[in-house]
Amino acid sequence: MSYTPVTYDNTPLFERRPLTFNPALTRNRFNAFCTALAAVFSTVAVLPLFLVIFYVLIQGGRLLSLKLFAELPPPPGLDGGGIGNAIVGTIVVTLVAALISIPIGVGGGIFLSEYSRNGWFAQAVRFANDVLSGVPSIISGVFVYGMIVATRVIAGQSYSAMAGGIALSVLMLPTVVKTTDEGLKLVPQELRWGAYGVGASKVVTILRITLPAAFTPIATGVVLAIARAAGETAPLIFTALFSPFWPEGIFSPIATMSVLIFNFAIMPYEAQNELAWAASFVLVIMILGANLLARWISKLARP
Amino acid sequence: MKSSLMNPQTTARDVCMSLQNVTISYGRFEAVRNVFMDIPRGRVTAFIGPSGCGKSTVLRALNRMNDLVPGCTLKGRVLFDNNDLYDSRIDPVEVRRRIGMVFQKPNPFPKTIYENIAFGARVNGFKGDMDELVERSLRKAAVWDECKDKLNESGLALSGGQQQRLCIARAIATEPEVILMDEPCSALDPISTLKIEETMHELKRSYTIVIVTHNMQQAVRVADMTAFFNAEAVEGGSGKVGYLVEFNDTERIFNAPSQQATQDYVSGRFG
Amino acid sequence: MDRGFQLLSMALAAFVAILLLAIVLTVFQGAREAMATFGTRFITTSSWDPVSNQYGAFVAIYGTLVTSLLSLLIAVPLGVGTAIFITEDLIPASMRNAIGLMVELLAAIPSVVLGLWAIFVMEPAIRPALQLLHRLLGWSPLFASEPQGPGMAPAILILVVMILPIITAISRDALNQVPLELRQGAYGIGTTRWGALFNIILPAAISSITGGVMLALGRAMGETMAVTMIIGNSLNFDISLLAPGNTIASMLANQFGEADGIQVSALMYAALILMLLTLVVNVAAQWIVRRLSLKY
Ligand SMILES: Nc1ncnc2c1ncn2[C@@H]1O[C@H](COP(=O)(O)OP(=O)(O)O)[C@@H](O)[C@H]1O
Ligand SMILES: [Mg+2]
Repeated sequence: MSYTPVTYDNTPLFERRPLTFNPALTRNRFNAFCTALAAVFSTVAVLPLFLVIFYVLIQGGRLLSLKLFAELPPPPGLDGGGIGNAIVGTIVVTLVAALISIPIGVGGGIFLSEYSRNGWFAQAVRFANDVLSGVPSIISGVFVYGMIVATRVIAGQSYSAMAGGIALSVLMLPTVVKTTDEGLKLVPQELRWGAYGVGASKVVTILRITLPAAFTPIATGVVLAIARAAGETAPLIFTALFSPFWPEGIFSPIATMSVLIFNFAIMPYEAQNELAWAASFVLVIMILGANLLARWISKLARP
Repeated sequence: MKSSLMNPQTTARDVCMSLQNVTISYGRFEAVRNVFMDIPRGRVTAFIGPSGCGKSTVLRALNRMNDLVPGCTLKGRVLFDNNDLYDSRIDPVEVRRRIGMVFQKPNPFPKTIYENIAFGARVNGFKGDMDELVERSLRKAAVWDECKDKLNESGLALSGGQQQRLCIARAIATEPEVILMDEPCSALDPISTLKIEETMHELKRSYTIVIVTHNMQQAVRVADMTAFFNAEAVEGGSGKVGYLVEFNDTERIFNAPSQQATQDYVSGRFG
Repeated sequence: MDRGFQLLSMALAAFVAILLLAIVLTVFQGAREAMATFGTRFITTSSWDPVSNQYGAFVAIYGTLVTSLLSLLIAVPLGVGTAIFITEDLIPASMRNAIGLMVELLAAIPSVVLGLWAIFVMEPAIRPALQLLHRLLGWSPLFASEPQGPGMAPAILILVVMILPIITAISRDALNQVPLELRQGAYGIGTTRWGALFNIILPAAISSITGGVMLALGRAMGETMAVTMIIGNSLNFDISLLAPGNTIASMLANQFGEADGIQVSALMYAALILMLLTLVVNVAAQWIVRRLSLKY
């Protein structure tokens, strides 16, 4: 008894071919074509990363010197100088943003995960948080401009490092809330029961047991949020503004690397363009460093 | 320990698939070792044995489904119609068209019931009347009555047992020569199980069937031949290694096994 | 103590919702004067004239929609193709992970740095290609103008670079979530790799991928710096993709600092439109992901 195909008017109902691979078949050609296309697409997708990093390293690395960190940018048209004030400014503004958004975001995340996981209020807050994370960064600048800069509510000042930090914190907040909420949800319920079992109150359980247990995912998310904020420009252009001088406190306008890159990139002077590349170099190294740090933190949890 | 030596009459029969010294590993871990077996054509062959002894692994090796598992490698030869399925010139897609499979967990496509059947048929170059094929396949899988009024509803809307019978219909619709079934009834209620067993009796007239089962009564009811697999710890190994203990007529395996381990297993003393 | 902490955390959570509301209200409040003055004419007219105080945002709205949609058109096949390439076993796992990591790092590069790169590297490099496009397709209004530096086309390309990582990451997660059983089922009836992908696996992942694409669209519409630096910030309407253009976000970045009077209000009006557009897109994205999520 050997194999006989099912037939219909003496023609087989199904195609039967030898078991050997036949590259000339339409389906195999189509597969080879699709696979090649996917390979090309992936190459195209990673190419910009290499090109951007390559140019930032080459163009920005040329200017790397102590002077770059220690001096102020030169007036338009003159050579030399550095980006010292902008480096300090980026750190200051990002720090302000972190100091505002981390307590609020972690607190809000604690509420979502620990007090009201599925109540309507928590769902509404989660929804608002998701929507907030989709608000364009420039809008957060417009918002802070309308709310703080134009009204001069902070120390009677209009543009300030503080205003810039607040604008960045609006962008960081949704990420911090979300990572806290989701990080806490991953903590096994038994851990909480164990703490209640030995008579710990809810606050103590959250602060001493649950939050530390979720440290890794929260820290990872926060580091990523900070890295992202440090590179933001749009919210700062008309909140922190820019300053050619060293920072004069958080209630004055302040230079940041990102705004410096924007301002200097579109100037018709070579010296300024070069400083823009140098600032990009420093910024990209900082941000990629923070990203790799975040990855390293998240690896710690999974040995 | 060659099964063909223990069991001379199988060689006399028409052999459909033949495993020759097959060893399958996941990475560096050997899951089953040195399997020799001739699967007869037009019959139902059952694989039994304690869980983790490599029954599914061997079954998946029969239509190169293990290709989907990263790190899974096979040594030895698996012959089908005198072709070594693991020869580099073989197209696994063509193999799977001739050797169909039903999985342990029902996995209908997220398409309509009709499309679940028609898709496979089209893939296999079906040239006949599709409506008729859908009906015939669903009837053979004993699920036509439940499906005939909702052919355009999602296959996922069916109950677990119905989904599994839909998957059987899907497998037989493409008219493969061999159907592999990995514990097809493990997630089903007794009534669905009986229906599927009836289907198997019906199917074995035109197909070769290899079924993995946990249920020894089922093996007795449906299988002509039965292979008993077992696993044992080996020196230096990280886990237990599976091997084929005995392969013979179902009748013999259950009533007069030649190995003590088989005797112990079929009489329920372990496993 | 317990109660106090609960109330505090609740207040902080409420702050998120209040903040969103405050943003909407602030922008709306700022836009009111311009809304009263220009009405819906604002959307359909294209004169933006601070001297005569006549404002219409058509150029910016057109630019926003065209750049974001066209960048999506390019980025979706690239991103989904990359996601497939790094979820199928076509190349060793270590290489797949490396590609995934690189795409994620691309997302971390600040937009302003991409803008700088676009001005000095990308745009000069692609200009000959755009000129060729103009020579071949110049008869069509979409390519009618001579490319001379900044313009919509380079802006679209830099947007592709910016949204590619989101699309790739979300598609990769969606494909990874398609259960192995479904894949086995497809292979089991004798489909080929791409037959299974197109007929079974991609359809099963399509809702998550669509959600990701919508999120990317929202990002592209609101993206500011890189686009501002390379789009040319023209206030005159030109349908050609090779001509300079504008987007709402880049108009805000360019003019907000120096604007006063009703121009601020007009900019707020434009900001409100941008916010509504992104809001609709983002809410739709979430709805799609929730409603049409995987049956498996
Ligand atoms: N995908 C896999 N990766 C690694 N090991 C596996 C995989 N599938 C099965 N194994 C191992 O191979 C052995 C045999 O498994 P299996 O063939 O599923 O046994 P059975 O079907 O008899 O229960 C077991 O030890 C199991 O842990
Ligand atoms: Mg099994």
